[in-house]
Amino acid sequence: MSKKTIFLAGLWREHPNLRQLLGMCPTLAITTSVLNGFAMGTAVLFVLVFSSFMVALIKRLIPHQVRIAVYTIIIATFVTIADITLKAFSPQISRALGPYVPLIVVNCIILGRAEAFASRNSVGNSVLDALGMSLGFMWGLMAIGAVREILGRGTIFGFRLGIIHFRPWIIMLLPAGAFFVLGFVIAFMNFLDRQKRLKT
Amino acid sequence: MKEIFLIFIGAVLVNNFVLSYFLGICPFLGVSNRLESSLGMGMAVTFVMSLAAAITWLFYYLILVRFHIEFLEYVVFILVIASLVQIVEMFIKKYSPPLYQALGIYLPLITTNCAILGLALFMVLRQYNFVQSVIFGFATGLGFMLVLVAMAGIREEMDFSDIPAAFKGAPIVLITAGILALAFMGFSGLISG
Repeated sequence: MSKKTIFLAGLWREHPNLRQLLGMCPTLAITTSVLNGFAMGTAVLFVLVFSSFMVALIKRLIPHQVRIAVYTIIIATFVTIADITLKAFSPQISRALGPYVPLIVVNCIILGRAEAFASRNSVGNSVLDALGMSLGFMWGLMAIGAVREILGRGTIFGFRLGIIHFRPWIIMLLPAGAFFVLGFVIAFMNFLDRQKRLKT
Repeated sequence: MKEIFLIFIGAVLVNNFVLSYFLGICPFLGVSNRLESSLGMGMAVTFVMSLAAAITWLFYYLILVRFHIEFLEYVVFILVIASLVQIVEMFIKKYSPPLYQALGIYLPLITTNCAILGLALFMVLRQYNFVQSVIFGFATGLGFMLVLVAMAGIREEMDFSDIPAAFKGAPIVLITAGILALAFMGFSGLISG
């Protein structure tokens, strides 16, 4: 596998939240605006890159039977760092994301990459894979956040769009809206795939 | 007494973990295709949640708070939950084989269920006392089971309907969940404030 395929896998072909359906809970919970999606994506990027790096670095030292427990402790440590840093430097975003920052610990993407990739690849490739996956995760969150923010508030990145006669769809900011938007986005991805298959 | 009743109703119906906090979505999407397995999963989660609420409460207030090491919260919680599930699995396997047959295969899946860690975090955030926490854990588990079983019932019917190709699988389940979330919004008037 070339470095480029490893990096690009997470961005489209093996997209973590829209294709593998991993990390559903932040994908639905915090995507009420693009900015929230970006903040959550950054937190996941930090945790995923560092824990993949760590796991790849010490993979030979970890006994096979307790590997999952060790990965979990590594992940929880980086999540704690991310959470404390966020609380100190940007309390506003920390409040907006609420308990979903600590919940990164149980985000299946991170444990999944540690088990499926970092535990059997070199340090460099693991970091590359982690970068691709987390950037893919981030654009997934931001895309859903954009749809919900535009329809639910009539703004994008906090700026008014000023569309005439537009009444915000409150439902888009409610939990039900999250389910609807994610459902339609995944259906759209499936549709694109089918079109591509039919052509070839 | 009234407060406990409010916590119970709040966790089962009004602020359902799956439909308003999006916790436990993975098993919700994965196990909800058959009525029988969703019932088993729901019971296993309710059981582990009640237990996890009690144990994490004890760990948090008797160890972390006493020694002022609350920053270890996440590491300790996840370890406690993972070992708790392991111990419960071994215990049930040894002492109650019929129960193990019913819940066994779902237990390992629960460790990575974000709802359990979410439960512990909410419990600390809302500063529940011990009894309130156990009730909260039990009620959250029941709420999870309710939604899971409802979803499984709908999905069993959906097997026979004609769904557009692009919506097959996850998309239609998510949209159904959205409609379910809308329906559950009707409960929000039950508790005010």
